[in-house]
Amino acid sequence: MPRPKPEPKLVCRNVWKIFGPHGAAALDRLGHGVSAERLAALGLVPAVRAVDLEIGEGEIFVIMGLSGSGKSTLVRCLSRLVEPTAGEIIFHGQNLLAASESEMIRLRRHTMGMVFQHFALLPHMTVVQNVAFPLEVQGQPRDQREATARRMIALVGLAGREQALPRQLSGGQQQRVGIARSLAADPELWFLDEPFSALDPLIRREMQDEFLRLQSVLKKTIVFITHDFDEAIRLADRIAIMKDGAVVQVGTPEQIVLSPATDYVREFTRAVPRAKVVRAGSVMAPVAGHAAEAGAGRDGPCIPARSTVAEAAPLFAAGAEAVAVTDAEGRISGHLHRQAVIELMLAG
Amino acid sequence: MAALSPLRLRHWQGPGLWAGALALFAAFALWGRDLAPWAFDWPRKAVLPVRRPISDAVKWLMNHADLGLFTFREATRAIAAAVEFPYRLVLALLSEGGQAAGLAVPALPWVTVVGAAALLGWRAGGAGLAALVAACFGFVALFGQWDAAMVTLASVLIAVPLGVAGGLLLGVAAWRWRWLDRALVPVLDLMQTIPVFAYLVPILILFGFGPTAAVVATVIYALPPMARVTTLALARMPAETHDLGRMIGCTRRQMTWRVMVPSARDGLMVGVNQVIMLSLNMVIIASMIGAGGLGFEVLGALRRLDFGAGLEAGLAIVVLAVAMDRLSQAFAAGRGGGRLGPGLWLLAGVTLAALMLPALRDYPDGWRLSTGPFWSDVMRWINVTFHDSLEAVKDAALLGVLVPVKRFLLGLPWLGVAGLLALAGWRLGGWRLATLAGGLAVLIAATGLWEQAMITVYLCGLSVAVAMLIGLPIGILAAERDGLWQVVRLMIDTAQTLPSFVYLMPAVMLFRVGDFTAMLAIVAFAVAPAIRYTALGLRGVDPRLIEAGRAMGCTRWQILTRIKLRMALPEILLGLNQTIMFALSMLVITALVGTRDLGQEVYVALTKADAGRGLVAGLCVAFIAIIADRLIQAGAARARARLGLLP
Repeated sequence: MPRPKPEPKLVCRNVWKIFGPHGAAALDRLGHGVSAERLAALGLVPAVRAVDLEIGEGEIFVIMGLSGSGKSTLVRCLSRLVEPTAGEIIFHGQNLLAASESEMIRLRRHTMGMVFQHFALLPHMTVVQNVAFPLEVQGQPRDQREATARRMIALVGLAGREQALPRQLSGGQQQRVGIARSLAADPELWFLDEPFSALDPLIRREMQDEFLRLQSVLKKTIVFITHDFDEAIRLADRIAIMKDGAVVQVGTPEQIVLSPATDYVREFTRAVPRAKVVRAGSVMAPVAGHAAEAGAGRDGPCIPARSTVAEAAPLFAAGAEAVAVTDAEGRISGHLHRQAVIELMLAG
Repeated sequence: MAALSPLRLRHWQGPGLWAGALALFAAFALWGRDLAPWAFDWPRKAVLPVRRPISDAVKWLMNHADLGLFTFREATRAIAAAVEFPYRLVLALLSEGGQAAGLAVPALPWVTVVGAAALLGWRAGGAGLAALVAACFGFVALFGQWDAAMVTLASVLIAVPLGVAGGLLLGVAAWRWRWLDRALVPVLDLMQTIPVFAYLVPILILFGFGPTAAVVATVIYALPPMARVTTLALARMPAETHDLGRMIGCTRRQMTWRVMVPSARDGLMVGVNQVIMLSLNMVIIASMIGAGGLGFEVLGALRRLDFGAGLEAGLAIVVLAVAMDRLSQAFAAGRGGGRLGPGLWLLAGVTLAALMLPALRDYPDGWRLSTGPFWSDVMRWINVTFHDSLEAVKDAALLGVLVPVKRFLLGLPWLGVAGLLALAGWRLGGWRLATLAGGLAVLIAATGLWEQAMITVYLCGLSVAVAMLIGLPIGILAAERDGLWQVVRLMIDTAQTLPSFVYLMPAVMLFRVGDFTAMLAIVAFAVAPAIRYTALGLRGVDPRLIEAGRAMGCTRWQILTRIKLRMALPEILLGLNQTIMFALSMLVITALVGTRDLGQEVYVALTKADAGRGLVAGLCVAFIAIIADRLIQAGAARARARLGLLP
């Protein structure tokens, strides 16, 4: 069963970013239905086109696209690092595009954190100074900010390396520092711009697990950028897929894999085994009414509805015909049958 | 021409165009003198009257200019005082002791200075560097150059922080405001190509003769590279670093001084190193307007033709340069050396002891060594023994090459030369470059200095040709063999830390004054970039191409001529460009040995304190440099584009 739709925390309405001279004027003149080709003919680059998004409180929202799809520009528009050409970005009921520069500085200091693809650590500072730097900029006294920084460093598992310089750390460790720094000011919005793309595949997987662990504790509202579809479906509550500056589909990983909106999206989903995406809750045979509430049939193996079919599959190895599926409160809400699992896995 | 169809015009743009233009040029040069004498010698009446106004302007600035709250003279006085005070203080500490701004300052014992330098070396790079730095300072003391060296050190220690701070501020400002950057680039270009002598005159008038004027001149000379390096280092910072600063809510000031400048530290240290080296390079020239110290010793020795004395003072400058170069590079690398603690206590103890015991305060006379007479004897012996062969070489070169080239160039009409330059500019970079190259050439003619300019071109051109003839083969050989490259690189690195005057001395000793001597000194000074860029260009060729060549069965020679040299052409062109710039900067200094070029014009202006004359001739040198630089840069860019290489 899909989770209840979370409250939107950050809303984008019809956001445009056009690079090139007089982009705003061209957009006004040609209207919002203008094609990318038409703009390109004018020497303009439409990096973000008419994007509408609603990102819920506590949600991991992944924006996925290949290089040049505008995903990095879009995430920079959300924090106004890049000034959008048109549109609205609403955060706490306030349109960020109307905020003054000093207001933006206040918002970035206290409500936003960002992790960068190439870490962006300051080379002349130690780990603890790097992590404390956002607080230093706010003018916090030294002992207070360094205490916070040490807590964050411990949180990302780097305790003991506080006095190291960035160049003495491995790539994975450097990004842990970047993550700790982005969390130092306890932001509500957490932007991660391809945080694991520069890392080796094994480290990348380890960092993804670490990220999920952190989020289970922190419950931030996350915008996560990636070009890696596997990473997207592994981490996301919801995914937006971008192509040529426009969002082509928004949905849960399951929705996107099972019903891709366009051929472009289908290309990505082709190599993804359905069993790794489809959740047990989606293919189980539901228990009628509230019969199972008392916990009948608890003797056999059971799995949460949120886990994927691939995760449930090993439970059938012992020869069980069905596995109980529990909902968020631990009540049995249905049964996953061997036949359903096999069918799904054979479908690829 | 308008009637030509586009097709035929394109045909005309090939080699045919050049053949036609050169034929026209030759015909005009041979028979045009009677037809249009004004195209050969710029009419005297039409010479641009720029000298006098410049001189008058400087005088007016000095005597009458009022900037509202204070007069210009008061402003220069204030600057002079601001420089003077720290300079007096440092000088008192390092050598004389005495009163500085009401403070009684004791002179530091020589052991303290050596010890402090060694401690810096220890802090920056460990025991090896400490030993090297101590040895450098010990060398200075050993050869009896201590007092002069401390005067020089004092002015360098004042000039370097000023140059670094000024360059940093200028560079940061240019990075923050694009319009300032656009305005600054041509000014910096001019500052770096105009010979120092040219702006010594106004400085002399504004600040008077003395160490203050020398420090001001040094700062002006050493500051442009720092400004450039700063802007470049900041612009090259990854975009993410800038994003980070904005994301954590930095104000603009925090962004600049807390995020960008510290992050760019490695790049900035390159600039600091440049400022130090240029300041030391300026030591001798600065002594012409009263810096004193080692530069004064060298200059005096050069004028007396006392080779031994000049050599020792010159070497003292070199070892100071080596010590400061290595120190700044070690600090830039930031690896860190030993801890300071115990060393500081030791130094304090030694200082105290030396202050108590006057015997330890100064370097003992008995330990002094002078090789000066020995070198003078060697020189005399060489001159006596090989006099005839040396003279024969000199005469052969003069009669066979130098004089004919000079006559040829002096016979060319300025109009034709300007036309050819414009044509080259048009072919290489379009109309704007054509206008620049042709226009600057006409401007040179219009100042009435065409003859001096052509002598400059002749000396510079021949020297560059010889330097390239020497540098290219060495560069090619060094590029092929790693071991040789290590040796050669060490040699050219050292050569570039030497002040340019060092090259002049042996040439003067062997061949006395004249164009041949000047050429030898210029070649010796300018050969380093020719070697460096050739070797770096060849070594930078994509190894996959060489592999492909080898797989096709190319011989070593074929790989070199068909692949490597062609791919390295842009780099080699840049090397040529640098060689020309080096040659021009040296050319001005060779005015001291009696050349008759623009450098001499500037030098004469300096001795007569004629600001207008010096600046006009200096600007002509700068114009020649800019024409050569822009044409070659455009050529290199075209070569790169043709080879599909990234800029």
